[in-house]
Amino acid sequence: MGKVKKTVKAITINADLCNGCRSCEMVCSSFHAAPRYSSNNPARSRIRVVREPLKDIYIPVYAGEYTAAECTGREKYILDGKEYEECDFCRASCPSRDLFKEPDSGLPLKCDMCEDEPPLAKPKCVEWCLNEALVYQEYEEEVEEADVSPGDVEIGVESLIDKYGLQQVLDTIARRSKA
Amino acid sequence: MRYADTGFDLEIDLSRGSIDRVETDPRLTQLYLGGLGVNAKILWDRVPAETEAFSEDNLLIFSGGLLCGTSAPGCNRTIVSTFSPQTGLMAYSMMGGFWAPELKYAGYDRVIIRGRSPDLVYLWIHNDKVEIRDASHLHGKGAIETAECIRKELKDPNAQVAAIGLAGENRVFYASIEQGRSSASRGGIGAVMGDKGLKAIAVRGTKDVNVARPAEFMALCDEVLKYIKFRGEKPIPGVIPILAGLGSPQEMKLIDEKWHTTNFMWGNSRTRRKDFWTEEVEQSWKETQESVRTRLISCYNCPMKCGATITVPGIPTYMMKCYSKLTYTMAAFSDLDFGFKIAQRATEYGVDAFSAPQVMAFALELHEAGILTDEDLPGMPSDVEGRFFWLLDRIVRREGIGDVLADGVYWAARRIGKGAEAFDHNTIKKHEQLPLKLGMLNPIYYLMYSTGEKMNITQIEGQFPQEPFRTREEREDFVKDWIQVPDEKFKQYLLEWEPRGEKSIPHFPTVEASCNIVDWQEKMHYIDDALGTCAGLSSFPLKPPYHIHNFPAFISSATGIDMDEASLWQAATRNRTLLRAINVRRGMRRADDKPPEDHWKKRFPDIEAKLLDEYYKLKGWDNNGIPTKASLHGLDLGYVAEDLEQRGIISDGQS
Repeated sequence: MGKVKKTVKAITINADLCNGCRSCEMVCSSFHAAPRYSSNNPARSRIRVVREPLKDIYIPVYAGEYTAAECTGREKYILDGKEYEECDFCRASCPSRDLFKEPDSGLPLKCDMCEDEPPLAKPKCVEWCLNEALVYQEYEEEVEEADVSPGDVEIGVESLIDKYGLQQVLDTIARRSKA
Repeated sequence: MRYADTGFDLEIDLSRGSIDRVETDPRLTQLYLGGLGVNAKILWDRVPAETEAFSEDNLLIFSGGLLCGTSAPGCNRTIVSTFSPQTGLMAYSMMGGFWAPELKYAGYDRVIIRGRSPDLVYLWIHNDKVEIRDASHLHGKGAIETAECIRKELKDPNAQVAAIGLAGENRVFYASIEQGRSSASRGGIGAVMGDKGLKAIAVRGTKDVNVARPAEFMALCDEVLKYIKFRGEKPIPGVIPILAGLGSPQEMKLIDEKWHTTNFMWGNSRTRRKDFWTEEVEQSWKETQESVRTRLISCYNCPMKCGATITVPGIPTYMMKCYSKLTYTMAAFSDLDFGFKIAQRATEYGVDAFSAPQVMAFALELHEAGILTDEDLPGMPSDVEGRFFWLLDRIVRREGIGDVLADGVYWAARRIGKGAEAFDHNTIKKHEQLPLKLGMLNPIYYLMYSTGEKMNITQIEGQFPQEPFRTREEREDFVKDWIQVPDEKFKQYLLEWEPRGEKSIPHFPTVEASCNIVDWQEKMHYIDDALGTCAGLSSFPLKPPYHIHNFPAFISSATGIDMDEASLWQAATRNRTLLRAINVRRGMRRADDKPPEDHWKKRFPDIEAKLLDEYYKLKGWDNNGIPTKASLHGLDLGYVAEDLEQRGIISDGQS
């Protein structure tokens, strides 16, 4: 098995440098508006600053995966004497809170690193963060090439074909992938 | 569809308990832009000239600026307008922070409040859902404390809350409206809010604010951001540190207070301490500031860090900005450590950090002079810091002497009598001023102090250097990239301006030049106050990112209303003239346009008279400071001319 190169887009969040201005939220919502930049609404943003000014808590968080269920149990973190909820760092669009959901439809939002054609030098939130609380970096990482020997999935599919026939499995997969 | 504007106002009548969402006339935006301009128009139209501040008929208007909620950096100001209990004139104070953009996202440009609630209430605006809610449990609570309570009970940590403290509830004439790190403090608007029985307005919005020509608008915003970065890296040489950069004066960041502490007056604007700033003081103040300052913070969508979170051991955390760290410190002849401590209590009570310390220093001076006796001040501690806390506690409760002092220096002096009037030496139009007493009359500042309707010099000055540069080289260097000037002649004024000799104050800048400089400075503030742009990125600092040449494009691309420099200048002139007319209708005249008598040691009555004459002419006002019929008609303010004519304030034979 060989190694392959993969580009990783990374944002380093230095929460200590955040001045709490929420420009990142503002410009994210503007970039993702249609037409581009035609409206502003931080509630649509894929980055949110979790702010509790009197407790000096400022955590920029990016929207990650949607999750259908909230966590069982909650943890608290104490860092430098400040108490954080685990949700303060969580990227999920989750039923426990209204973060990272389209305010109109409730559909989940996810950060796409401002993919654009031609590509931007950096995501808009980073560009607008003059205090460098958000710093963008691209780097290459070597990862294992995907394993081509029959894995669990292939073995499973084979047994399904044996049982139901190829056509029925194909139809089912086609239907599922449209859902 | 409306752009930049939401196109809707909220009309709240607290006497009737009614809430209406009202669509607004887009023509108002074209004529008055928004913010202060539209507020002034509403106050002119709907509040009769005889209405007192504490009347159900007085309106209290919270307006977002036209560009608030768009991508324009630093456009986040809430413009609060009403009539002042202290001056009797139109009060307008602004606050940064996060409130105005949130209001726009909730779908409103402004909230107009009339009437008076029989019980203490607060307003909860959540998009289309607007409620008047009971606030009896918040009675007496601090402004910051109130905001926290409301966010908790609404279970909405993202709600933005503007609230009054005890001072507002008790109608202290210099009560403020506090909003996290910001406050609208001047003119006693917090007292009007208290009179209306309104403890707070909480707002949360999740709707869109649209702009008309997105790509063009965003390119302008990107440019402003780039310029802010550039200016951060390139401070202006040859000026004091707080004037070298952008933003509000960076009081939270900078330690060097030589300029303020040795040039501004201590106590009741009385004593200059030229030798105050020593190495030991600097070291000790540095330690104090760094030990209590947790983080430098900003307002919505602004890369600056003009505010700070302040945590003094043993007292609750609060947020501070700008000069308030020194106002209490210097009024009490005390130390920075005291300044940070008392500012926490003052912020919770909700008082103006310019007026409150002045009033207390005035009271202590009266005590020293024997005009106020120990009987008037029963139980007052013996140390000055203790006395300030003691007075503050009484003022916000209107207890004993506190009730008198709660009306501010001007009214308190007249109620106390016995010669107390002579100690009222630092008010303009009954309003306390920054403690400055200087030597030689400065013609530019003379005009600004005399005629500035905002009555707060930091919100009138800006753009033009406060002092001449010493050498020709420095001046030439300064004007090289001075793109913000509306006209090349301003460069010439600066090039010729000398610290000494013929071309120095009070004779230079000349009367004409001074008028032009003041007109430009003031216009830029009026534009900011309509658009919601922070003065710290626009009208206040030297060489700001926003200026008369890029504002028209900002407005046009945001709103879709075509605007060029001439029409923007015209709109700013219209707003300024309307404000003047509002106050003229309430009795203000030339006789009121004057700085404190002892503001300068060397006064020049001839020059001063000439300055006012020429300035009025430039403004289109008659010799008594009343806008002329012709100028009003030229500004589409014919309805104002008619009203003033009916009242006999202007006539065909106007001088």
